[in-house]
Amino acid sequence: MDTNGATTSSAAGGGSTSKSSSKKHSRKPVISTFTIIGIIFIPLGLVSLSASEKVVEIVDRYDESCVPSDYSNDKLKFIQNPSINKSCVRTLTVPKLMKSPVFIYYQLDNYYQNHRRYVKSRSDKQLRSVSDEKSTKDCSPEDKTVDGPIVPCGLVAWSLFNDTYVFSVNSKTIEVNKHDIAWKSDKEHKFGSNVYPKNFQSGGLIGGAKLNSSVPLSKQEDLMVWMRTAALPTFRKLYGKIEQDLQANEKIQVVIQNNYNTYSFSGKKKLVLSTTSWIGGKNDFLGIAYIIVGGLCLFLAVCFILLYVIKPRPLGDPSYLSWNRSPAGHPN
Amino acid sequence: MTRGRIRARLRLSHLYTFACTRPEATEEGPHSIEGPGYSRIVHCNQPLMHKKKPFKYRSNYISTTKYNFFTFLPKALYEQFHRVANLYFLAAAIVSVTPLSPFSAVSMIAPLVFVVGLSMAKEALEDWRRFMQDIKVNSRKVKFHKEEGVFDYKSWKKLQVGDVVKVEKDQFFPADLLLLSSSYEDGICYVETMNLDGETNLKVKRALEVTLPLDEDASFKNFTGKIKCEDPNPSLYTFIGNFEYDHEIYALDPSQILLRDSKLRNTAFVYGVVIFTGHDSKVMQNATKSPSKRSRIERKMDYIIYVLFSLLLVISLVSSIGFAVKTKFDMPDWWYLQPQNTDDYYDPRKPVLSGVTHLITALMLYGYLIPISLYVSIEVVKVLQATFINQDIQMYDEETGNPAQARTSNLNEELGQVDTILSDKTGTLTCNQMDFLKCSIAGTAYGMSSSEVELAAAQQMASDLEDQDVERSTDFRQKGKQQEIELETVVISEDEMVHKSPIKGFSFEDSRVMEGNWLNEPNADVIMLFFRILAICHTAVPELNEETGSYTYESESPDEAAFLVAAREFGFEFCKRTQSSVFVRERYSASGQTIEREFKLLNMLEFTSKRKRMTVIVRDEDGQILVLCKGADSIIFDRLSKNGRLYEEDTTRHLNEYGEAGLRTLALAYKRLGESEYSAWNNEFQEAKTTIGPDRDLMLENIAEMMERDLILVGATAVEDKLQKGVPQCIDKLAQAGLKIWVLTGDKVETAINIGYACSLLRQGMKQICITEISSDAKEVVKENILLQMTNASQMIKLEREPHAAFALIIDGKTLAYALEDDVKQQFLVLAVQCASVICCRVSPKQKALVTRLVKEGTGKTTLAIGDGANDVGMIKEADIGVGISGVEGMQAVMASDFSIAQFRFLERLLVVHGHWCYKRIAQMVCYFFYKNIAFGLTLFYFEAFAGFSGQSIYDDWYMLLFNVLLTSLPVISLGVFEQDVSSEVCLQFPAVYQQGPKNLFFDWYKILGWMGNGLYSSLIIFFLNIIIFYDQAFREEGQTASMPALGTTMFTCIIWALNCQIAFTMSHFTWIQHLFIWGSIATWYLFLFVYGRLSPSISGNAYQILVEALAPAPIYWLATLLVTIACNLPYLAHISYQRCFHPLDHHIIQEIKYYKKDVEDQRMWTRERSRARERTMIGFSARVDAKIRQLKGKLQSKQPSSEIHSPARSS
Repeated sequence: MDTNGATTSSAAGGGSTSKSSSKKHSRKPVISTFTIIGIIFIPLGLVSLSASEKVVEIVDRYDESCVPSDYSNDKLKFIQNPSINKSCVRTLTVPKLMKSPVFIYYQLDNYYQNHRRYVKSRSDKQLRSVSDEKSTKDCSPEDKTVDGPIVPCGLVAWSLFNDTYVFSVNSKTIEVNKHDIAWKSDKEHKFGSNVYPKNFQSGGLIGGAKLNSSVPLSKQEDLMVWMRTAALPTFRKLYGKIEQDLQANEKIQVVIQNNYNTYSFSGKKKLVLSTTSWIGGKNDFLGIAYIIVGGLCLFLAVCFILLYVIKPRPLGDPSYLSWNRSPAGHPN
Repeated sequence: MTRGRIRARLRLSHLYTFACTRPEATEEGPHSIEGPGYSRIVHCNQPLMHKKKPFKYRSNYISTTKYNFFTFLPKALYEQFHRVANLYFLAAAIVSVTPLSPFSAVSMIAPLVFVVGLSMAKEALEDWRRFMQDIKVNSRKVKFHKEEGVFDYKSWKKLQVGDVVKVEKDQFFPADLLLLSSSYEDGICYVETMNLDGETNLKVKRALEVTLPLDEDASFKNFTGKIKCEDPNPSLYTFIGNFEYDHEIYALDPSQILLRDSKLRNTAFVYGVVIFTGHDSKVMQNATKSPSKRSRIERKMDYIIYVLFSLLLVISLVSSIGFAVKTKFDMPDWWYLQPQNTDDYYDPRKPVLSGVTHLITALMLYGYLIPISLYVSIEVVKVLQATFINQDIQMYDEETGNPAQARTSNLNEELGQVDTILSDKTGTLTCNQMDFLKCSIAGTAYGMSSSEVELAAAQQMASDLEDQDVERSTDFRQKGKQQEIELETVVISEDEMVHKSPIKGFSFEDSRVMEGNWLNEPNADVIMLFFRILAICHTAVPELNEETGSYTYESESPDEAAFLVAAREFGFEFCKRTQSSVFVRERYSASGQTIEREFKLLNMLEFTSKRKRMTVIVRDEDGQILVLCKGADSIIFDRLSKNGRLYEEDTTRHLNEYGEAGLRTLALAYKRLGESEYSAWNNEFQEAKTTIGPDRDLMLENIAEMMERDLILVGATAVEDKLQKGVPQCIDKLAQAGLKIWVLTGDKVETAINIGYACSLLRQGMKQICITEISSDAKEVVKENILLQMTNASQMIKLEREPHAAFALIIDGKTLAYALEDDVKQQFLVLAVQCASVICCRVSPKQKALVTRLVKEGTGKTTLAIGDGANDVGMIKEADIGVGISGVEGMQAVMASDFSIAQFRFLERLLVVHGHWCYKRIAQMVCYFFYKNIAFGLTLFYFEAFAGFSGQSIYDDWYMLLFNVLLTSLPVISLGVFEQDVSSEVCLQFPAVYQQGPKNLFFDWYKILGWMGNGLYSSLIIFFLNIIIFYDQAFREEGQTASMPALGTTMFTCIIWALNCQIAFTMSHFTWIQHLFIWGSIATWYLFLFVYGRLSPSISGNAYQILVEALAPAPIYWLATLLVTIACNLPYLAHISYQRCFHPLDHHIIQEIKYYKKDVEDQRMWTRERSRARERTMIGFSARVDAKIRQLKGKLQSKQPSSEIHSPARSS
């Protein structure tokens, strides 16, 4: 096989024909496609990666360490005993300058908010308007008490997260903004401004947090955040925002009210402080994936170029038609 | 009526010598009729007797419908739920009303009702059409004997056994009748059995002598009689029965039986008694049940569905076991689920129960693996494909105004996979019209017109040589050689397209013999004799056309009519036949005036297929006795006298040429006879005629033989059995496309062979294998002999060394009956498959169906049967695809067919274009369907692993509902309807491309599993990339993390993009419709999401404002979509790129050639490839031309030993 001959013939095949048809296709469309994808993807990946790099994140797991050592063998007993003081102090070091706003998250692990029984156990109707207070059909077993329907009903609301965090730097309390942590649509449309909690956590079993029955649901942003059920058993939810810069190497003291029971299913609890960039939180994977796919495309492009050089096939060469190939000689 | 009366005076039976002589009833005596199978008793003219048992027979009402009013619903539903997938969805729909369902009930039931309803409506419509056809037939009117010799009309369906009916000319017989008498004195009538066996030859039926007096309405006043006969059976050619009349018993045989659906011809009227009615009649007994046909792809689809079901079951089991385990061990710890307060479904104390109930949920949840919309989409696609077929203007026949019609749409793609075509002959390949084209008289060939085969061959050869010429133009030495070939082979092709003679049956053109010019030819006396033989030696009856004053001829075979027309045009007009004479009007005599000559008919020795010749002995006006004989050339040549062989050599050469040109040939001969010689022979003949006994026929034959010897050859005729327009070209193209063509005909062996030549299924130099039966009484012996013949033939094929050798198998109906027996048929099939062409002659409708079944089941390949008459119905129904020719004959074939076309030639387009397209479309569509449902369905499963196998779906119910209905269905439908790998012209120009279908390149397990693997890969990519990207981090600058709806929606967006891009990569043909559907589907998804999000949260639920508020402002949403879409399609892109670059398929190359307009630029290459793009064929005129060229080359090589080795053209 003569390499020169083949390349010229392919050039003739493409180039000399209608020049207007499309320059792009005149060579190998395949190679150009892969190259273009690669050329677009790698920069995108780099940009994403750098955005992710800018994000500063502090993760602190506290479920283990916030259990007093006497109870370390029976954490369940500890958490279930309401008379024990649950507060716990943690100190976090800021690794780098964290620009405002710094978002506070709690992260739960091994917690199936996406379990079918859990997801279904709510009444959006009831949350929305006071007139639908009685529609608690899906909420069983947290649907009603002897005093009437529970508002908000269902397991989701019932199991509301109830750890609290108080932050201070150098004994100076840092303001935590708990407004605007929920979606606007939740506040305005899905949680009624005239719906007040009723009979909540008044049954035999106490789940999670209690709600202030004088505050309408549309103002209960923690509940809104909680009720947007997470997709995966490991999830973070927004707790609040710190609207001041945290300087590098600052020590932040956190007083945690460790109320929420994750010990029975050995789920971890983490406190997360994080800044964001345009891609959200720290997310190296996106950038890496882009670079990998882009690299793969470039690699394929190179492979095709190589294959093409080694074993060229001029486009539209009739000798490749099945009837022109000898029956035995499969092209290789 | 007057005309009929004139002819009625003729006692035609007197003209016949032995073949048709009436077997005297007394000779054989009545049949001994008793025992099972012979229980039918018919009381003639007493239909009332048949009102009560045991004579209560079936009515004459026929029904060919599949359903009736009451059975439609259960039967059609049964048919529908025969499909596994439908059954599954039915079960799912039932369960969906319980709380076990992961989705709402409507989203399960609505699609099912839609799918099943649509299919049933289609069935109903098709059956309704059949019903209307039945009504039409059932309400035809017939004259019956009411009472007291008065006849009246009643509809067919009311006819009863025992009724006496009167059928008039050109009417169909309403039931199987016993012929009592006809308008002819001797009780004969002519019957056309076109609808039974496809033969257009008229058959003679004759009444018993005793019933002849019953030839008036009034004579039936007191007529009674009793028929005892066989029970209803499908054998068309046998009948056993006795007729008791006037205290005498007479034997009945098939020649007294008029069968339903045959037609009375050339006879003014007949009287008959109804014996078998309705479904008892022989033709209805012959009807094979029409099976509901399903295409190969669809059948394979079932297997894939099974595979998917297994997959579904496996992942469901995994899910439910996982669920049970989780419920038992983990759930007690999940206090937030209140495990202590659960119902059974989630009860940790009853893990088995919850596992089992969860299985049902899981089966429904993962139901998206089974594409419910597949069936309905395919149904829709096929209906649209069928409309394309129906609308194809290039398959519209302008003469009859019939378009092609896809009568059932489920077989479109099967058209692209046909391996063997079984074709009827008469009416399908031929128009059954004979044209007198050429003749050879006294060693001189006359006739300038070329046969269709010659024309086509000449054109082909000219273009072929031209091509070679150009190719080798560099080599000047070749020049001389080239011209030599051209000189020798290329037939005149300039002026043959002038104007065709408008006379039906006569296309002869030669000024040397026309207009009386023959008088000036050297052998004028021989020419005159030749014409006289044409005009005298036949059995036809002239009919005066009063408008034009010329005669038309009613004959038993269309050849004779063509001869008579030819004779008339030459100036020898046969104008009258009497009992004893034939009158011929001679226009060009020596005196120059028209003279009417009388030839006294002394004897007529009839034509039979065994004798292959016919002789008349006449006395001309001078008292000279002439023996005029016409017959097959070999037969005649054997019987020539020494001095009669003057022209033998030339004539033989001409006969070979004619045969090569696909013409039917007969040789003509004569001899003069002395008075004494004749009377000696005649005495002997008369004596033999009156002999009674089994030897009579043999004796007669021997005596005839004595007369038919020492003949003098006059010449030969060549008649073209007019092929339908474009048949040889079509056969050639079909052969090039790699299709095998079998001809199954009811006709005689010789006729079939002639047609075989005419349409190039046979050619000179092909080795013919004729399997015939030996005459022996012992069935075993016959069978063994046939087996031996087949073994020998197989051996011969095996030993054949010549690479271009081709074999043709010719077998007749009786032999076939043995060959189709269970222990022989396999061997027969093996032999037949090795032969390039197979011709079965004299086959009954049932045999046609049996042969079809044998091919279908024996080879396991797709068969297509094509025919036009009722005799083809069985085969049409039996074949994988039945094609009916909607033309001249009745509608039965069309009614039974799956596709109907107006002419055979449209078959090429139907298969090579539409079949090819439809096959690819459906194959790709089905593959894509499986891909898309696997890609989507598995993401649901993966999510379960992250949701405690609880049966929660990550997607909104509405997304899921719309997924199959709106978001991915239209692109795939557009793929199924509009996709074309290459344009229709290319399909026709490159018939070899068709082989992709029969080779099943696009729907083999490799392809299917490849697509499934692609689906698996896509599902993994879609799910895990999204999961990792959105794992726990905020996805927006505002710090929010992704909730389940947000993640689900993003994932779904990726699915929509990935799947639609995938189909865009799959398609090779884009119009604005495809663009609209593909990009429109994606746009629809966003539009839907937008609108759905805008709706009140009570409707949209978790999806409220999701696009506008949460996702669209987040760059990561778009980045993820882009990444996942590309990553999903990357392997496919790489694969097709690799395949296209290094293992391109034919259509890829052609696409490239077309794309770069190479075909315009390098037309030589294009035409060369076109001529090469064919399978190696043994049949068709291309093969014939090839053979001829090989032969010529061989000649040249021996002349020019120095000529160089033939080099394959331009091997890169």
